[in-house]
Amino acid sequence: MRNVWLIWRKEMRSYFVSPIAYILLLMCALIFGFFFWSLLQAYLQFSMEAQMRGEMFPMNMPEEITRRLFGNIPVTGLFIIPLITMRLFAEEKRTGTIELLTTSPIRDGEIILGKWLAASTLYFGLLLLSVINVAFLFIYSHPDWKPILVAYLGLMLQGAALLAIGTFISTLTKNQIIAGAATFGVCLLIFVCGWVGEYNSDTWARVLSYMSISTHMESFTRGTLDLKDAIYYVTLIFVGLFLTARSMESLRWRS
Amino acid sequence: MITVKELTKRYARNTAVDHISFDIQKGQIVGFLGPNGAGKTTTMRMLTCFLPPTEGAATVAGFDVLEEPMEVKKRIGYLPENPPLYPEMMTGEYLSFVGSLKGLRGAELQKRIDYVSDRCAVTDVRDKQLGKLSKGYRQRVGLAQAIIHNPEVLILDEPTAGLDPKQIIETRDLIKSLAGDHTIILSTHILPEVEQICERVIIIAKGKLVATDTVDNLQNRSRGAESVLLEVAGRNGELDPAAVQARIAKVSGVGRIVLKEKHPTHSTFEVEAQKDHFVRGDLARAIVEAGWDLNEMRSAAVSLEEIFLQLTGTQEAPSKEEVVVAGASK
Repeated sequence: MRNVWLIWRKEMRSYFVSPIAYILLLMCALIFGFFFWSLLQAYLQFSMEAQMRGEMFPMNMPEEITRRLFGNIPVTGLFIIPLITMRLFAEEKRTGTIELLTTSPIRDGEIILGKWLAASTLYFGLLLLSVINVAFLFIYSHPDWKPILVAYLGLMLQGAALLAIGTFISTLTKNQIIAGAATFGVCLLIFVCGWVGEYNSDTWARVLSYMSISTHMESFTRGTLDLKDAIYYVTLIFVGLFLTARSMESLRWRS
Repeated sequence: MITVKELTKRYARNTAVDHISFDIQKGQIVGFLGPNGAGKTTTMRMLTCFLPPTEGAATVAGFDVLEEPMEVKKRIGYLPENPPLYPEMMTGEYLSFVGSLKGLRGAELQKRIDYVSDRCAVTDVRDKQLGKLSKGYRQRVGLAQAIIHNPEVLILDEPTAGLDPKQIIETRDLIKSLAGDHTIILSTHILPEVEQICERVIIIAKGKLVATDTVDNLQNRSRGAESVLLEVAGRNGELDPAAVQARIAKVSGVGRIVLKEKHPTHSTFEVEAQKDHFVRGDLARAIVEAGWDLNEMRSAAVSLEEIFLQLTGTQEAPSKEEVVVAGASK
């Protein structure tokens, strides 16, 4: 456990020594801010039009806004996750420091866990930036906080799952760019493969739709905690980390 | 301390290390010698548990590299060919990280960091980023990293590669000074380095073990057949090399004679003495008494280089070939 902490600390430091963490933080603050502002504008427009027609505004505005906001954040995550995971192993392989780690009395599992937890910590930190926007809703109205917490749990699970996949892909190459591009491709694919389910209900479409990472997000953004979806993400995390471990082992047999 | 039995590493297309066996005693400095691509790095990587062997076994400090890698790793300090440094870390921070990785903590870790920084002369760059250090410093930090947990065995892969002459001498001295406390294996393709630092040599070529012996023994092995270089000149400005050769051949104890250089006035011969014969005195007398001048006589000292070339199957040192060719063209 001490070794996991050691690797985690080293990875966190390297995120914050290089400008990457700050760029991501700035990017996310701007993008989440923009999402929030544009959603707010849209709903203000709707409610104004409704009032002008003399209707009662039928929607629960804060809830509508958070639901849309939490629907948009995973899309941002698709772009950010490859940037976070691409260097994890690729960089160590390129500079040869992987040899230091694997010849030290520390288990592969501890290295992988430390790295993945560090990546997750940074991603959770980025998600936390959107809390600033959500806080405004609490200042000016009284939204229910429980569905919001559930939504954040979903975002964290989904991010952690994609980060596990990114960690795995990073072990496959020495080249960060290749790792990043491949991670982006794979994440995008499992994000959009659920869309076939919208027009088609064949078995293969249902399977694809079940495998997709986006279909399991809906229950969370609605604020309902569905165990089935939570298990899907946890499974994906295990698969990602397991593949990473196998890949690290095969690294020794191949290189 | 280290036992290697029939160690083999095979890849899909080639065999990098082919049934190598050797033993290394505690406290020895052993030179691991071979041309580039001979399998030095692969063997070292198997000893450090970075690569698993395809066949055979290796034990370090009594622990098998496949069965108990954790115990082996605790007892090994390893400096790969390129020091494994994180460019964004400070030197002190890096040593602290590696020390913690190796299981040190608290006051003991701090003590070891101070000790190795001092020993490897990196104290003045403790607060500098590793990425900004010069090659010599990087190598020294790499060495400091390898000895931070006071390992029983130290494995150094080409520790002097890419350093300037002054740094090479400093690094060699440093390695020598570490010898008492650690068993050291160091790979290199620089022969004088082995002569200077190591007590024993393990020579490999194309993945196979060619020789393993002490440096002295290896040199003595060839010294039995000592070679002497002779430059003989004729007194009247003319010299018949064939006559000289015939005269030399009559000296007792002389073996092979090779005409190395031929000029109208003088010639150079390499004379090989038979085992356990001392021929220089007789040679000199024979030449002078025959009426020729003896311009030069020196021992063609057998360097590790020649032994190495003999053992690894290349015929003669390239520099000598050049001399012969240049001489013949005149």
